[in-house]
Amino acid sequence: MKRFLIPMTLFIVLIGFLAVGLQRDPRDVPSPLVGKPAPAFTLPMLVGNQSLSTQDLRGKVWMLNVWASWCVSCRDEHPVLVKFVKSGRMPEILVVGLNYKDQTVDANAWLARFGNPYTLSLVDADGRVGIDYGVYGVPETYIVDKRGVIRMKHTGPITEESLETRILPLLAALDAEAR
Amino acid sequence: MNKILLWLFLALTLTTPLQANEAVPMAEDPVLEARLVRLSDDLRCLVCQNESLSGSHADLAKDLRREIRGLMKAGKSDAEILDFMVARYGDFVLYRPPVKPTTWLLWGGPFLLLVGAVFGLLIFVRRRAKAPVNLTDSASLSDEDRQRASRILNDEPSAEKDVLL
Repeated sequence: MKRFLIPMTLFIVLIGFLAVGLQRDPRDVPSPLVGKPAPAFTLPMLVGNQSLSTQDLRGKVWMLNVWASWCVSCRDEHPVLVKFVKSGRMPEILVVGLNYKDQTVDANAWLARFGNPYTLSLVDADGRVGIDYGVYGVPETYIVDKRGVIRMKHTGPITEESLETRILPLLAALDAEAR
Repeated sequence: MNKILLWLFLALTLTTPLQANEAVPMAEDPVLEARLVRLSDDLRCLVCQNESLSGSHADLAKDLRREIRGLMKAGKSDAEILDFMVARYGDFVLYRPPVKPTTWLLWGGPFLLLVGAVFGLLIFVRRRAKAPVNLTDSASLSDEDRQRASRILNDEPSAEKDVLL
């Protein structure tokens, strides 16, 4: 019996590693941008001829939500965002939509159909700003503090659960921070 | 039946040369394109994670190749371009991760396993040398066995036909 002890231990350790490996989401790549200043941009708005730059957002806590009308999982995420904004729980937070590699007509139709949770919507038609932010799969969400530093990146659709457990507590903490 | 097969065969073989490949702006600057392929072979496409950036058809990969092409035209070195990628997507984009504290186990792991295996082998061999299998243990041989052995050793084929076979 004793001679099986070592192979058995090794086997259990291996199973442990595999179990941990299975729990992890390979799509969730940690972003090197967390803790770094948000890359600067100046982008046109989805509606009208104005443009907005990162400078204009200084002193505010903002959430950059990257989405597109062609993105399927954005449809899962969208109602969560709409509900959050409608609830008026954090009126100080700017929800900035980044319409990524999309057609303006499609984007506006999409917002008209599913509701518009965004304080303002920006257009990244050629995906350059997306590359600067390390976007590789829409939807992605970045949370930027008052000093313009990225504090969190959420890859994939925001769910009720991730909103309640991860995003809202962070937003509340950042909102309480001094400028 | 044969006619149908022939037509099928012709239909399958004759169309292959007609499939045109996607137009790549190779002619523009073949040296730069070759450099791009060489560099992006070592980069991971983040959309289809087990594909390299040079081989991927994902939209993002095309955009990133365009971006890298732009950087190359702007005279950036390979190291600067890799920095550009790592700053945005992290070490995950590199198929060859850098050696640093968080990757020491990754790089050193195989050697640790090797050292462990050699150590285990040494212990095993030592233990076996200390307690050899007792080949001279005569107690396990019966008299009959002994007689049979000596017959074989003295080459007496008479009674041991099966052994000689």
